[in-house]
Amino acid sequence: MSDASALGALGALGAAAATSVSDATPASFGYAGIIIVTLTTVLVGALAVRLSRTTRDFYVASRTVPPWLNASAIGGEYLSAASVLGVAGLILLQGAGGLWFPIGYAAGYLMLLLFVAAPLRRSGAYTVPDFTGARLRSRSVRRATSVLVIVIGWFYIVPQLQGAALTVSIATGLPPWAGSVAVAVIVGVIVAAGGMRSITFVQAFQFWLKLTAVALPAIVMLVVVGGRDLGAAAATAFPAALGPAAVNPYATASLAIALLLGTLGLPHVLVRFTTNPDGVAARRTTLITVVLLVTFYVFPTTIGMLGRAFAPDLATPGTADSVALLLPGRLVDGLAGDLLGALIVAGAFGAFLSTSSGLVVSLAGVISQEVAGGTVRGFRVAALASTLVPLLVVLMIEPAGLAGSVGLVFAFTASTLSPLLVLGVWWRGLTARGALAGMLTGAIACAVAVGLGVLRVPGAGGALVDAAPLAADWAAWLQAALAAPAAWTIPLAVLVTVLVSRYGGGSPPVDVDRILARLHLPERRRPKPQ
Amino acid sequence: MSPSALIAFLGGALLGALGVVLLAAGWRAIRGGRALATPAERATYETLHLASRAAGHLRGGLAAGDPTRAAKALRQLLDADALALADPHGVVALDGPAPLQAAAERLARAAADAGATQLLTADASIDRRDAVAAPIRLPGREGPGSVAGSLVAFASPVRPPLVRAAEEAASWVAAQLELAELDASRAALAEAEVRALRAQISPHFIYNALTAIASTITTEPARARELVLEFADFTRYSFRRAGDFTTLADELQSIDSYLQLERARFGERLAVQLRIAPEVLPTVIPFLSLQPLVENAVRHGLEPQEGGGTITITADAEGAFTVVRIDDDGVGTDPESLRAALAGRPTVDHVGLRNVDARLRQVYGDDCGLVVETQVGAGTLIVMRVPRSQPENDVQGVRR
Repeated sequence: MSDASALGALGALGAAAATSVSDATPASFGYAGIIIVTLTTVLVGALAVRLSRTTRDFYVASRTVPPWLNASAIGGEYLSAASVLGVAGLILLQGAGGLWFPIGYAAGYLMLLLFVAAPLRRSGAYTVPDFTGARLRSRSVRRATSVLVIVIGWFYIVPQLQGAALTVSIATGLPPWAGSVAVAVIVGVIVAAGGMRSITFVQAFQFWLKLTAVALPAIVMLVVVGGRDLGAAAATAFPAALGPAAVNPYATASLAIALLLGTLGLPHVLVRFTTNPDGVAARRTTLITVVLLVTFYVFPTTIGMLGRAFAPDLATPGTADSVALLLPGRLVDGLAGDLLGALIVAGAFGAFLSTSSGLVVSLAGVISQEVAGGTVRGFRVAALASTLVPLLVVLMIEPAGLAGSVGLVFAFTASTLSPLLVLGVWWRGLTARGALAGMLTGAIACAVAVGLGVLRVPGAGGALVDAAPLAADWAAWLQAALAAPAAWTIPLAVLVTVLVSRYGGGSPPVDVDRILARLHLPERRRPKPQ
Repeated sequence: MSPSALIAFLGGALLGALGVVLLAAGWRAIRGGRALATPAERATYETLHLASRAAGHLRGGLAAGDPTRAAKALRQLLDADALALADPHGVVALDGPAPLQAAAERLARAAADAGATQLLTADASIDRRDAVAAPIRLPGREGPGSVAGSLVAFASPVRPPLVRAAEEAASWVAAQLELAELDASRAALAEAEVRALRAQISPHFIYNALTAIASTITTEPARARELVLEFADFTRYSFRRAGDFTTLADELQSIDSYLQLERARFGERLAVQLRIAPEVLPTVIPFLSLQPLVENAVRHGLEPQEGGGTITITADAEGAFTVVRIDDDGVGTDPESLRAALAGRPTVDHVGLRNVDARLRQVYGDDCGLVVETQVGAGTLIVMRVPRSQPENDVQGVRR
């Protein structure tokens, strides 16, 4: 996102697959990895809950999900295609600048921990619209939030399906659309058939799968490379010009803010917190999640760095995301390399399945509640709709960089839902009108910026730079502001929310004190029964 | 994605949104026919609209409702400069300039004490405005409790129509307050019903449990001690007074104690199987909504059956809902008699079932009533479905 060329990437997936199929894992290994992951996911989902328990295990059965398990599940649901493939690709492309993505993704949970985790759990809300609707006692705020959640969810599923297209075409040689369709169908059918009952176990399993799938190849590659003389490779891989000094401060700050705050409003994050028994457990879970995520991101980053040294030919916007899939086959010879490749394919495919299914479950919940009054039938239809719409989008548009597209979704979320959540938890003066105005402002500002950011502002580069330095300077700023909008859209949304709440004529709900007391008082301090 | 594709995409989305807005506006213009309405029709519509808005805010009564918003709607309705609502203790809402507060207090008290409309003309304390105060008199009541407050309207000048309108508005507010009181007494009735249910569990069960414990005291003292403790746990949970809601985890804990005691009586004849998805354990459910269902399965399903049987309790997350199923392979029930019991006809059996069903419907709406599948000789399956998201319902209680 900080680099407009990554955003407007034109590279075709087919080309990536064609040029590099020779280093890739043999198709049979790829198929095996994908099939094993899918079957295991379905089996864990269907069977984990069937472990029968008899009376004496009542105590065990009525114990809630321990924080570490829930934290693993959150990690499993959160680590998407952008994390498993996109981060490595971005580091390959941008060097040190790309590091901001893993940092932001992980640190977003720190924001969650500091500002909203425990209060949101205590609110008793299951989805973001549930929370905003109950906090402001307003149907229209609830509606507006639902629409935003659905849009955000759909656009978050799109990069997952694009990642699936990339992975499947590299692993098996099938055309790119096959991967998107496969993931969409698998997720749609599993969720609609109610196969994700013990979703906590599935997602926790997926986290450890993904961690293994990136950690093992990264470590083996480091060991293999350890014996080689890096000499010249190191100098070309990490030129001083691409070091921290080359980072554009505005774009970086904007990206960091978007990633930090975007996590708060993601539709599938809040859902997981209802699994915790109370606010304290929610906080503990979040803390463990941060640790797990930080551990995870070490490895895609390592793969990206290795890619800079040993696969510089992949460093084009269209092919960079495939580096994690192709590198093991290049660095490790023979069967071991093929197995490691298959492992990464399996991990990546698991990432698409888990993130998409988590999103589809929460989206279908929101849609069915808004439209069908929460019936089982409505949920099924909504689950299918939630996979079909993103699939259509994927089949119609050409893919951009994975981490970049996800970054834009984060920016949009950070400009719309996140200010509302933070203000809703911490400011008693928030009114329904203020919330609506803020969400609308953030959404429009962000959408317009993303839309215009694709256009090259005249003078932002090229010939005009020498002719009119001042104008070019302004144009460059404008370009940056459009390409990385979060730094101005978030303050704008907050400002509008606050001003309209203050002077817009509405008033906070009558029982705002009661609502806020519920959000902030620890459960143990509540009035106890006699 | 290429820039041109994205521009086309965004442009298309924008045009589509614009089209929808235009279509909606056009549809509204045709349907609403605002331009075609006569002034009288429009006045009727305005009046009804304001009245229904005020009614919504008065629904909780003057204390628990939102009198500030109600006062605003009433002021627009009467076309007054300012309007105040007072309960017997003083003004609760004033829509208008704050300096009028003192005069409003004074007039409201005067109207309530006299039980008749009070007029104040061109008074210096209210910026030479006029004011009219009408008592809110609850219909069909006599004596000191009959005046629920007053409505004070400020205007310059107050003409006779406003006096009449203020009196009519006051009696309309009185009707709304009566409705609010009706709501409150309905809620109190429901609460009393829950209390009754708690008291209802005890007699049979306490007798049976104590007998079972007594029979083990001499043979197995350690087991008897364990059972007494289970009994203590169970009664502490069931007889707690505060809180209408609990978590699935806490309710299951109490069911465990209950089943331990029943097993002391049934021995090997009562088998229990559990399949609980751990993520639904924090789900909020009405207090004592599951235990009566299990008790129903034991008492009406397994107890009459010679060889006993198995109760299977499962809980799953299905989308935004938690679904709890209680399945027994006992003797089953005649669906017709069960339907009669659930419909509220007086029967001895299934009172607990009916009570749980009524409470679920009251809290979550008719879609969340109990679903019972049964047939004589074919066991009984009871399905309970509650939303996972309940920001309205707070669990009060001791955490274990």
